[in-house]
Amino acid sequence: MRLEIKGLTKKFGSFTANDSIDLVVEPGEIHCLLGENGAGKSTLMNMLYGLLTPTEGEILLDGRAVTFDGPGDALAAGIGMVHQHFMLVPVFTVAENVMLGHEQTYAGGVLNRSAARKQVRELSDRYRLAVDPDALVEDIPVGVQQRVEIIKALASQAQVLILDEPTAVLTPQEIDELMGIMRELKAQGTSIIFITHKLREVKAIGDKITVIRRGKVVGTTPPSTSEAELAEMMVGRSVSLVVDKDEATAGAPVFTAEGITVIDPRGHMVVKDVSFEARAGEVLGICGVQGNGQTELIKSLLGLIRPDAGRVELDGKDISRHGPKESLAAGIGYIPEDRSHDGYVGAFSVRENLVLDLYRTDEFSAGPALKLDKIAANAKARIAEFDIRTESPDALVSSLSGGNQQKVVVAREFSRPLKVLIASQPTRGVDVGSIEFIHKRIIAERDRGTAVVIVSTELDEIYALADRIAVMYDGRIVATVTPDIPREQLGLLMAGAAPEGTEVAS
Amino acid sequence: MTDVLETPATAGPEPEVRDRADVRRQIKLVVVLALVLLAEVWFKLAIDDPTVYQLFKGPRTKENQPVEFDGTLVSWIAVALTAIALLLAIVNRFPRGVPGVLVAVAVGVGFYGAFLMWAYADPTGTFSPAMTNPIPGTIRIATALVFGALAGVLCERAGVINIAIEGQFIAGAFFGSVFSSFAVVSIASIPLFWCPVFGLLGGVLAGVGVSAMLAFFALRYHVDQVVVGVVLVAFGYGITSFLLGQIPDDREDQFNNPGLLEAVDIPGLVDIPYIGEALFGQNLLVYIAYFSVPLVWFLLFQTRWGLRVRSVGEHPKAADTVGIDVNRTKWQAVLLGGVFAGLGGASFTLSTGAFDKEMTAGLGFISLAAVIMGRWHPLYAGFAALTFGFLRNLKDQLSILDDKVPGDLLSALPYLATIIAVAGFVGRVRAPAADGQHYVKSD
Repeated sequence: MRLEIKGLTKKFGSFTANDSIDLVVEPGEIHCLLGENGAGKSTLMNMLYGLLTPTEGEILLDGRAVTFDGPGDALAAGIGMVHQHFMLVPVFTVAENVMLGHEQTYAGGVLNRSAARKQVRELSDRYRLAVDPDALVEDIPVGVQQRVEIIKALASQAQVLILDEPTAVLTPQEIDELMGIMRELKAQGTSIIFITHKLREVKAIGDKITVIRRGKVVGTTPPSTSEAELAEMMVGRSVSLVVDKDEATAGAPVFTAEGITVIDPRGHMVVKDVSFEARAGEVLGICGVQGNGQTELIKSLLGLIRPDAGRVELDGKDISRHGPKESLAAGIGYIPEDRSHDGYVGAFSVRENLVLDLYRTDEFSAGPALKLDKIAANAKARIAEFDIRTESPDALVSSLSGGNQQKVVVAREFSRPLKVLIASQPTRGVDVGSIEFIHKRIIAERDRGTAVVIVSTELDEIYALADRIAVMYDGRIVATVTPDIPREQLGLLMAGAAPEGTEVAS
Repeated sequence: MTDVLETPATAGPEPEVRDRADVRRQIKLVVVLALVLLAEVWFKLAIDDPTVYQLFKGPRTKENQPVEFDGTLVSWIAVALTAIALLLAIVNRFPRGVPGVLVAVAVGVGFYGAFLMWAYADPTGTFSPAMTNPIPGTIRIATALVFGALAGVLCERAGVINIAIEGQFIAGAFFGSVFSSFAVVSIASIPLFWCPVFGLLGGVLAGVGVSAMLAFFALRYHVDQVVVGVVLVAFGYGITSFLLGQIPDDREDQFNNPGLLEAVDIPGLVDIPYIGEALFGQNLLVYIAYFSVPLVWFLLFQTRWGLRVRSVGEHPKAADTVGIDVNRTKWQAVLLGGVFAGLGGASFTLSTGAFDKEMTAGLGFISLAAVIMGRWHPLYAGFAALTFGFLRNLKDQLSILDDKVPGDLLSALPYLATIIAVAGFVGRVRAPAADGQHYVKSD
């Protein structure tokens, strides 16, 4: 099926998310849509899928103009979508999720579960997806959940398949598998729109690449275009893809974790006997696919959850029983992985957010009263120092862009003297300019002699920052390696493979 | 330079660490079981004369007189059961899952027995009160609770919190009475047996009416569902009291003198000793309740409609993206819930008599507790409703023993026990993920 978009525009109030977008997807083509976070890719796709109504413009399928009142219409027209945040009901089985909306039934609306199971098995075999129809979705890994989403789309006979940032949650190996599946689909005639902000991927799989910036199409290019050119089209200026940094001068271990074990409320052991040490003036990168225990490990280091076993030491002092307040006071800086949840209070101003963990100190309060002038002065200084783009210090943090929100969090954490910095996904959902800035600040903090622990699922970030890399898989640190390890080998470690050529040093 | 610095652990056995939650569970079990054991031993020691009178076989008649019974054995069995459970808990071998529930139920029944033996012991002569069969009273009270719980399950599975069950009860009770009375007096063509069935229709209409208001404000205008629910309860109390006041004394017959549902014996089953009469010699509404519990289960878990209802309550956006009309589905579930809540309300008047102000006495809120204790599952919620009916009935039965057991304290105890049970042992109960959330489509 040939999909054509003509002059599609979407306005939210005075903000134009998509400005007159034109796009053509030929049958059996893998068309990549490249753009930064917030460039308007998802808005465009949500219009294609009937979730949003366009302000202007039209969508043509095989030359016929169509309008969608809801996703049901889009599905019926042959457009399927795999959403960035999966649209799966966690407590349903795979088969139930696939049948939902177009259920196979006996007379009287009674579910025919065996027919649904059979359909899942057939599609799974045909496209080599290896999905068990009877598994509960909440029990299967994200990579498999994504395949369930693909099966859902295929089951409704999608001829155009939209994949919205499908690789964000996958290991390098799973990404390779996904690309295999995409090629298989393409060979059978399905058109694919592949949305991403990762240059490496579009070059690997795309037939055509359309770049979007600030809601506008910048251009459509063949995959032979160089990464640097693509990055420039995406950001609007030339960007340096590597962080300049000197060799680390690692000092004494400052922060050690020993035998940390965490059991989650459902009774699963999610962190298993993890030990590591962070040294002054060195960046330890903890890499791994999301959901391998990093979140719980970090929370237990901070005292946000109490580990079921193990101890945490700072400067040789046991801080395992500290709550977050004492941990922060002891000199730990913390950049949480979900800033909107744990990092700032959206309904507070930038000024207030910049002292969220400092307002108790004598500097900013006297007894029960806040020293508002000091807080205002602090805000002014931080906004200048960290280049936070905000209308005023009184603007609500929720009104800032993702990158600037993150800079508020980073600025606040860097306003205390730190012994350790723990940063979890420090640049998730942040524009390229802010990524550069945050990375530089983290390296500067390292050079000042702070021990830095970075948790990231992005290999690029790990390579850019880490002096040592600890790989987490299934709740354990399976290996600690130097950053000159080849990408493929690191990917294997993240997928749980035993390290090769194990000349164990130190 | 070597790539690999160290490989601390590849896949192997999990480290031997005991879950802190497991420790907490053991402590809770030991404490509670020890307290139960102490209470049972005290019950036993406080008895001077273990003779009790029991009258489990139907109502008291000339032929059917209370029988003497020695309670010693019951007390000791209870103590033994609890002691075994306590030992299991101490060595951390207390079973989990269904066997665990069975052990807990056995301990509970034992405690109930030991308590009864103490409460009825030391008879003061032939006039001392006799233990009677708890089943008929339990069924009578539980009927409304079961209907209320089913209404709650249906609404909340679709993601709509229904606090208004109490309001649906009171409206159903009033209009059940009005419709039934009206049929008796004014529609001569209806045989007397069917008049209260006409009353059921009134109850259903009232329940659905309140549901429609809930859905209208909660789904159409996105008012907070808890607030709407509370308001509807107050509204239900107010409007029924007002309407009751508007009925002139001389026309009471016409509006508030319902014909009652007659008992219908189920042949065969009704003759089972001890339980037959209580379970199968009941009126139509009770049989509808028996039938409704599996019906709601079937609807929710075996039909297309049920799958959609549950998807809407768990992840409305996922339902939307496959073309399901989220709010329409919610409307359907809430209205169907109204049917059951209305039937529950009608049971207050059609099983017992004329409507009186605020006669539902908070049972709607107890149904809500049954929904949660039953983990939003129709079958478990049905059992939870039965349990609450049993406890409520126990309080009624023991009210004649006022000098030994203070009645007011007793009426509070079941709920205290429930809070402890739910908070401490039912575990992390998971409500439908999108329960109480408004679903707004972006445009």
